[in-house]
Amino acid sequence: MEQANTFRSGPNEAGHFGMFGGRFVAETLMPLILAVEQAYDAACKDPSFQAELDDYLKNYAGRPSPLYFARRLTEHFGGAKIYFKRDELNHTGSHKINNTMGQILLARRMNKTRIIAETGAGQHGVATATVCALFDLPCVVYMGATDIERQQPNVFRMRLLGAEVVPVTSGTGTLKDAMNEALRDWVANVESTFYIIGTAAGPHPYPAMVRNFQSVIGNETREQMLEAEGRLPDSLVACIGGGSNAIGLFHPFLDDPTVQMYGVEAAGHGIETGEHAASLTGGRPGVLHGNRTYLLQNDDGQIIDAHSISAGLDYPGIGPEHSWLHESGRVNYVSATDAEALEAFQLCSRMEGIIPALEPSHALAYVSKVAGDLPKDHLICMNMCGRGDKDIFTVAEALGTKI
Amino acid sequence: MTGVADSGRIAKRFAALKAAGRGGLVTFLTAGDPDHETFEKILLGLPEAGADLIELGMPFSDPMADGPAIQASSLRALNAGADMGRTLALVRSFRAQDEETPIVLMGYYNPIYSYGVEKFLTDARSAGVDGLIVVDLPPEEDGELCVPALEAGLNFIRLATPTTDDERLPTVLQNTSGFVYYVSVLGITGTKSAAEAEVKQAVERLRRHTDLPIAVGFGIKTAETVAEIASTADASVVGSAIVQRIADDLDKNGRPSAGLVDAIHNMVRELSNGLRA
Repeated sequence: MEQANTFRSGPNEAGHFGMFGGRFVAETLMPLILAVEQAYDAACKDPSFQAELDDYLKNYAGRPSPLYFARRLTEHFGGAKIYFKRDELNHTGSHKINNTMGQILLARRMNKTRIIAETGAGQHGVATATVCALFDLPCVVYMGATDIERQQPNVFRMRLLGAEVVPVTSGTGTLKDAMNEALRDWVANVESTFYIIGTAAGPHPYPAMVRNFQSVIGNETREQMLEAEGRLPDSLVACIGGGSNAIGLFHPFLDDPTVQMYGVEAAGHGIETGEHAASLTGGRPGVLHGNRTYLLQNDDGQIIDAHSISAGLDYPGIGPEHSWLHESGRVNYVSATDAEALEAFQLCSRMEGIIPALEPSHALAYVSKVAGDLPKDHLICMNMCGRGDKDIFTVAEALGTKI
Repeated sequence: MTGVADSGRIAKRFAALKAAGRGGLVTFLTAGDPDHETFEKILLGLPEAGADLIELGMPFSDPMADGPAIQASSLRALNAGADMGRTLALVRSFRAQDEETPIVLMGYYNPIYSYGVEKFLTDARSAGVDGLIVVDLPPEEDGELCVPALEAGLNFIRLATPTTDDERLPTVLQNTSGFVYYVSVLGITGTKSAAEAEVKQAVERLRRHTDLPIAVGFGIKTAETVAEIASTADASVVGSAIVQRIADDLDKNGRPSAGLVDAIHNMVRELSNGLRA
């Protein structure tokens, strides 16, 4: 691997992060992908775009989100000082609004009149339905039938917000199939429709664009940590499905060599069982959904279903920049099982009065494994990227409780 | 043309069609659907039934550009044990009895990438494959497979679509060889069908940019449309309608009836009849 002076310059013009990324889409979509790239580049150069986005993030989404010192958990583990970046306090309950707000402003600049999205846990679907309501644009959200079953509260929220939720039964009825179906819709409606992709994956420019919209997380963390501790954090921890909250937290720190980073993949029932969603730990490079990245696949290149208790991490791929950061060794990718996440979920609820989503519960599970062995002056910042209200039914079932 | 030497079967077949004064029928089926043995019988009888060129779908778990009929056919084939090795074995067995009918493999990049590009090109060429259509490899990714395929002597057939405007067409056509596959509708396979007038206009537009033969597909289901389209283009592609005929034949355990092979051949015969009137 080439030794880079900076880890923050990617992707190149072709949308590649090293060998990862790219634009692997059907010709029907290609002119549109190029148009999105052009419009996004123009928006980046136009200060009024960022100003409008900042205004909505502040006054509508509620940014900046606080950086909170988790005192009781810190004492409980007895080692490193644990901070939560409170992105679960954003409007709609997760970091997803950072990205959907950015993309819908772009869609408006491109005069698109219809929005589509895919969703797994429903957080991205809710965040998309929300901005569509705000800007009065029709919204169609594709969601796997399996996920609809386990994320009923979010399905109802999307419908309340005026979105049409389309159940996807093709394949295995989870996030990857929802993304296939959204791409099929897009191919059929290229002229009117903008596809708001929810994670830092898909064809170029999406991975870079979503990362940039989510980088508000890391940029705020940097300032807030300097204010709170007078220095940068020692470790950053975030969960990874496609990896948008993680790349948003990590990216602004990639060139700070003292900051270690840990992306926590979902190990499901355990990597060794084969039933997991850890693309980096248990997969190999391939091409799906517009980009080359690590994928869960069999010997014939057929995509294998992911498994995680968390619908938001239940994806057989990962954003291409994470694949590159994995191979370059800049970020450490680890994993946490369903059981470990469930335990962290309950611990956090009882000790901090914060019910975390199952997704960041994976990040917290990793923190719980390492914090106790780290020195007391070691600063960990974990992204609390979503709240757990949506997960109470899943958790109740896992714990054998009827509600 | 690119000037790259290839098997020549595709060029020869289109030249023969031109000499005969008729358009061609391209049939699409997914390799190994509904099972390897049944499919092999279907495949071997296609030329006799009237298929002028054969597109063989390489099964993929996530066919993003395909409608429900072809998605289902891919899953049926995979469930019956299809993989790249068996797809190539089908081509070899076809070539053992037919030296002239071109075979084009169509599908998505990941199974090829997973197999290994170099090994795939060598094995495909030696099995008797003439061309490739890989839906998720636009010209922007030509270095991946298109250029190596041309160098290996395989045609790389590109899709042009209604969104491929005059400005973009030269980019799309640059490394295209064999023929151009015009996708006549915005959308996935087997859903909408195109208006004849629009197709005519699009084919004329393409002809201003290329001398390659033009095949038109997506949404063509009947013998009548096959003949109509092939009167302006050089060939019509029928896929979803044939694949759906397989789906309709299967019993609740997914097993084909004894008459399926003949039924598909009869269907292809009927589709091609209008071209030979």
